[in-house]
Amino acid sequence: MSGTFVGMPAFPEAAHEAVNNPTLRGNLRHATHTIRAKRAKAVAEVSDWAELREAGKRIKDHTLRHLDRYLVQLEESVTAAGGTVHWAADAAEANRIVADLVKATGESEVVKVKSMATQEIGLNEALEAEGIRAYETDLAELIVQLGKDRPSHILVPAIHRNRGEIRDIFTREMSEWGRPAPEGLTDTPAELAEAARLHLREKFLRAKVGVSGANFMIAETGTMVVVESEGNGRMCLTLPETLISVVGIEKILPTWQDLEVFLQTLPRSSTAERMNPYTSMWTGTTDSEAADGPRNFHLVLLDNGRTDTLADEVGRQALRCIRCSACLNVCPVYERAGGHAYGSVYPGPIGAILSPQLRGTASEIDASLPYASSLCGACYEVCPVAIDIPEVLVHLRERVVEGGQVTREGNKVVLKPSKGHAAERAAMRAARWAFTHPGALRGGQRLASRTRRLHPRTLPGPGRAWSESRDLPTVPPEPFRDWWQRTRGGEGGAK
Amino acid sequence: MRVALFLTCVNDTLYPETGRAVVKLLTRLGVDVDFPMAQTCCGQAHYNTGYRHEAEPLARHFSDVFGGYEAIVTPSGSCGAMVRELYPRMGERARAEGRGDTLAATLAPVVPKTYELTEFLVDVLGVTDVGAYYPHRVTYHPTCHGLRGLGLGDRPRRLLQAVKGLELAELPGAEECCGFGGTFALKNSDVSAAMGADKVRNAESTGAEVLCAADNSCLMHIGGTMARLSTGMRPVHIAEILASTEEEPAA
Repeated sequence: MSGTFVGMPAFPEAAHEAVNNPTLRGNLRHATHTIRAKRAKAVAEVSDWAELREAGKRIKDHTLRHLDRYLVQLEESVTAAGGTVHWAADAAEANRIVADLVKATGESEVVKVKSMATQEIGLNEALEAEGIRAYETDLAELIVQLGKDRPSHILVPAIHRNRGEIRDIFTREMSEWGRPAPEGLTDTPAELAEAARLHLREKFLRAKVGVSGANFMIAETGTMVVVESEGNGRMCLTLPETLISVVGIEKILPTWQDLEVFLQTLPRSSTAERMNPYTSMWTGTTDSEAADGPRNFHLVLLDNGRTDTLADEVGRQALRCIRCSACLNVCPVYERAGGHAYGSVYPGPIGAILSPQLRGTASEIDASLPYASSLCGACYEVCPVAIDIPEVLVHLRERVVEGGQVTREGNKVVLKPSKGHAAERAAMRAARWAFTHPGALRGGQRLASRTRRLHPRTLPGPGRAWSESRDLPTVPPEPFRDWWQRTRGGEGGAK
Repeated sequence: MRVALFLTCVNDTLYPETGRAVVKLLTRLGVDVDFPMAQTCCGQAHYNTGYRHEAEPLARHFSDVFGGYEAIVTPSGSCGAMVRELYPRMGERARAEGRGDTLAATLAPVVPKTYELTEFLVDVLGVTDVGAYYPHRVTYHPTCHGLRGLGLGDRPRRLLQAVKGLELAELPGAEECCGFGGTFALKNSDVSAAMGADKVRNAESTGAEVLCAADNSCLMHIGGTMARLSTGMRPVHIAEILASTEEEPAA
């Protein structure tokens, strides 16, 4: 994924700073709790939510099962509608394709619709290296771009910023990119939105090339669907002459009818809206000067680890994700660690199962992500396509500690168990031995009970992580089993 | 009915008073309860940390020890969820790995017979008023695996509401995880401690003396945090409240 995240420390170290930053904790707590409550209300209104969730899951599973067929069908439909389809195996290939397409137009700037796929491949940085400036037009993405920051949420990438911080960023940075912020800008939402609107308008009207992702692609018609709530997406999709859409291969739906399910579940899960404000759909190109819409359309189909992920029986369910962010908003770990700690454009619970699959588990951050969860299950409960995130987290923990067969770039490879877990592995083995030898367990319990007065109040080694913030339980004078044997359940050996 | 108490390794070693409370409570309700001495651990810590293959012998051992009973009762939502939710999954995974149906067949008998304590009381015995007396202000924290794994719903609250003298206080943010999460508490101790501190502050805001839950592992974390933050509140397992009577009140 994006080069921006190379060299990230493991999740616990990255989270340490966020946990101790009161402004960030306050921003995240306020934002996640607000949207969490709204989502719950919006979902509760729908009497057949459970059925919609099941339908969404089944449509996605069916499509993934027959992805080869649907991708070819999509290519045919897009081509028939006047578009050109490009296939990109990885980020580098996708970036090269997009840069070449922009250069072929003779332009040196593009306007962008908010897109996770282009963030994943680090497109803006790749274009910049080729002398092409990419302007983010989603309000929150604009805040992130102007602030030389990284996104910390899928849907609201500037969730870690409050209004005052945004005002400061606009005042300081807008002039560098185009129209400056109005004099005396305050932090009221209406003024901030107006400043962004004025700044962006000149870019929309000037741009000849638009770059987008897509929430869905309809195989039968070759239609791209973008779901957004600001109208900036509609501008980028209709004003420029050339439109380049970079879309992950898992975003296909077989038919228009399938879309019906997701246009109900996605808005309620993500922004808690009953209906999405701007749903733009385009099919191929327009050939009249007078008509709205691009005259040249390029679809870059992105793999970048998706086929490898699809090969894993347990992990493949992560590809059902429709990027709604409900799992982030409900996650107690995300709320306290923030999005940056996940070291990926996909933070939160879904990021913790996507990144180690798309990128592999070789880096420190990716190997630590499967543990960035208490397995509380709140993410699974709210997921509109029923991804059992805790199941995949545990599965990926197993991949880290036990190793085993995975698919990388289309080849089956066998991973070695991670070296960092050698002591833990030995402890788990010893515990397994004791737990299959009840006599040994009892011996250990008795030893603990008899030495109870000697136990320290703080623990050395890995145990210190416990005793730094929590008192230790006191070991009782005798384990239950000794009491039971002595008394047979308080009946003096009657049984 | 031949009922076995699966106390769990944590309760057996650290919280024997919870075990004694379960025995007292079930005996009072006319249940013939046995504690098979060969019992050890369900394997949850192994499984959830990624050591599924190390958890398999523990699951087989559990099945050997408890297979002969008509019902298996455990005062732990997460260990109950391990048996009910994850034992079938372990069987499926073994099958997917080409190891046949042996593990699935070995584990299958114990799955439907395993009940978390409050489920056993409400669903099997059909009681909500267990004749308990506990004159304290109590707030209840529904632990994650009981709430979302087993679907305990309002069973624990119904049992608590029927306790004489007990005043039940609503816990703000009740359904949010306390931050224990097994090895998560060690591997991500900063986030875990922050979640624990928030849980404790919410509990304090209720003015209750006691925070009650159906899982001592979570209570170990919450209680350890309470002690460190000097709140004056204490954690108590629901079994100890339900076992308490006017004649023999719990401390």
